[in-house]
Amino acid sequence: MAWTQKVLRVNLTEGTCKEEPLNMDWASKYLGQRGLATKYLVEEIDPKCDALSPENVMIMATGPLTGTMASTGGRYSVITKSPLTGAIACSNSGGFIGAEMKNAGWDMIIFEGKSPGPVYLLVENENTKLVSADDLWGKSAWETDEMIHAKHQDPLMRIACVGRSAEKGCLFAAVMNDLHRAAGRSGVGTVMASKNLKAVAVRGTKGVGNVKDPARFIQATTAAKAVLADNGVTGEGLPTYGTQVLMNVINESGAMPTSNMREVQFEGASKISGEAMHEPRESDGKANLTTNAACFGCTIACGRISTIDQGHFSIHNKPEYWGNSGGLEYEAAWALGSDTETDDLDALTYVNFLCNEDGMDPITFGSTVAAAMELYEIGAITKDDTGGIELKFGSAEVLVKLAELTAKGEDFGLEIGLGSKRLCEKYGHPDLSMTVKGQEFPAYDPRGIQGMGLGYATSNRGACHLRGYTVSSEILGVPEKTDPLATEGKAGLVKAFQDVTAAVDSAGICVFTTFAWGLEDIAPQIDAACEGDWSAEKLVETGERIWNLERKFNMDAGLTGADDTLPKRLLKEAAKTGPAKGLVANLDQMLPEYYELRGWTADGVPTQETLSRLGL
Amino acid sequence: MLKALQIEPEKCTGCLQCEMACSYEAEGVFNPSKSRIKIFTFHDEGQFVPYTCTQCTEAWCMHACPVDAIVINEATGAKEVIDDICVGCKVCTIACPFGTVNYNTDSGTVIKCDLCGGDPKCAEACPTDAITYVDADHTGLDRMRMHARKTT
Repeated sequence: MAWTQKVLRVNLTEGTCKEEPLNMDWASKYLGQRGLATKYLVEEIDPKCDALSPENVMIMATGPLTGTMASTGGRYSVITKSPLTGAIACSNSGGFIGAEMKNAGWDMIIFEGKSPGPVYLLVENENTKLVSADDLWGKSAWETDEMIHAKHQDPLMRIACVGRSAEKGCLFAAVMNDLHRAAGRSGVGTVMASKNLKAVAVRGTKGVGNVKDPARFIQATTAAKAVLADNGVTGEGLPTYGTQVLMNVINESGAMPTSNMREVQFEGASKISGEAMHEPRESDGKANLTTNAACFGCTIACGRISTIDQGHFSIHNKPEYWGNSGGLEYEAAWALGSDTETDDLDALTYVNFLCNEDGMDPITFGSTVAAAMELYEIGAITKDDTGGIELKFGSAEVLVKLAELTAKGEDFGLEIGLGSKRLCEKYGHPDLSMTVKGQEFPAYDPRGIQGMGLGYATSNRGACHLRGYTVSSEILGVPEKTDPLATEGKAGLVKAFQDVTAAVDSAGICVFTTFAWGLEDIAPQIDAACEGDWSAEKLVETGERIWNLERKFNMDAGLTGADDTLPKRLLKEAAKTGPAKGLVANLDQMLPEYYELRGWTADGVPTQETLSRLGL
Repeated sequence: MLKALQIEPEKCTGCLQCEMACSYEAEGVFNPSKSRIKIFTFHDEGQFVPYTCTQCTEAWCMHACPVDAIVINEATGAKEVIDDICVGCKVCTIACPFGTVNYNTDSGTVIKCDLCGGDPKCAEACPTDAITYVDADHTGLDRMRMHARKTT
């Protein structure tokens, strides 16, 4: 079986690290990673607890395929209660640390309590201990990574850590790993910092070897890799342009959230697109993009490695930013760019570097800046509040300044660090926060892609594209084309995407594979690796079980069906341009049918019958 | 006809499929730390570079071995370590100028690329053809072709 069947339980209050067996009964029902760690979380914390108190638990979890030759088999997730939303948080990351955890012999690491002082966890196979991080506290994620590598003289060590934003209470802080991969959303990094846990450093040399049927596993993973290579999106679009392949496509579809979602198309989109990242700059003839890069085991390689023009105002006197680092992905480019009306590719790349360097979710950061700009425009925020900064839409200088302040947790950056919901409430205009359950929208305006509106409203972690990416069907035609402007049939579509994604997120592989892979490609890989009969049907049922378990956690935490909604702007103000001109997000046409399909009451509560059907 | 591994770093994405394929073939586990081929990331330059034994003719490792545990496979040209003979003295790891022979603490012997007996799994697993297995006399053929095209 592909699980190591070992869990490392770290009690930060006591300073202890203990090994315990993985609950295989739960593994058979929740697979791994997202699903299995959610089960652990639900069993171990009071859903009503303060997310930033020692009562909260943070889990780093791999899936059964993590660390194997399955393409993209390098994923891990951070599962905890979110301080941003008060709901369940599950943030998924690639890079290399997930596979390293598996190689060290651990399926999961569970962190309980709060350390009396800053520490980091050192994992070298079965040797685990907490080490003082007094010297690391106050350092960026990049500095932390460098210092731990230098201290242990081990270049092969993989490190996850938080930056200064998390230490300063930014509610959308990420857990960074391998310098520029992130468990990015919902403030999982804030939880980590609240426990005085600065970093997790892992070196594993044991390998992952006990797959159920090795020959069948190699055969299934090899066949599935061929499917990825032959697919237009995973074989060509993503490696060439990264997720930024979408910038121009979504803009033309009239679903590009712009200017704090007052508009659905951005004039400057082409200047910050994946195509623009390939264009040689005038100054030095180099393109923004140096190369594409893969996470562990990934045969797609959508990652961007970029440079900023050395003469650009943001870095001309900062040589430490002249080298290559993680470049813009679509979600960052949209939130930092079109939502703030900034079309300066170098400025966006620099701000993206800062988000990585100090561990901030660029979606929530960009959207919060956009909300602040609108508050400034209507006079609700003034220069007295911002420390003299004129928060004008379209100003790259302002965006850069705010990123620097928020990354370090200084001055007005502390207010940006609260996220748009709290910021807009504080300044008396809660309707200007473009959030669901307190989490900011990703890059698809639901007026132009209706299914996404239902997906956002019902997502268990607040507005999110990764809980059910119906863009795949509504825009890209995968697995089959549906009309993005129609609401008919979307309830079923959203449910199907949500359930399948929950299973994929629990397997240790990347959801981007599903542009090419159906369950008929995924199930044989899991089935060849894991004990039990992992058919496509069982995966769908597992996904539905996970979705309902997350829902139940949220209900127990105090959320209700009334939280399954969208900001007034999207429900009342029609799109002004593009194919969706005249349309609002027609959530009410989809939500009742969705509840019914889910087996929930008209108020959105899972019925006893549904819960028992799923064994909950 | 002998074949050789041809490595083109500019095509590498750093995915480590080669390291997993190598360790799986040699050790039966997916374990990059036991791979005979390694990918090096040069972060600031934005480069990924696969590196492994080039099966050099001089074979410093073979000449340095005091117990003749490294032998040439005539069919592939690979310098192979005979595990049963290797005493784990590590002299070969010192002799190799490129560092491509390494000690394995688990087995107590050294490990190096043996071309998988003529069917190198790293090349098979590489999704971008950054590692290929080609005519040993013509590892430059693709680059020649690329430049040849520019001359027309």
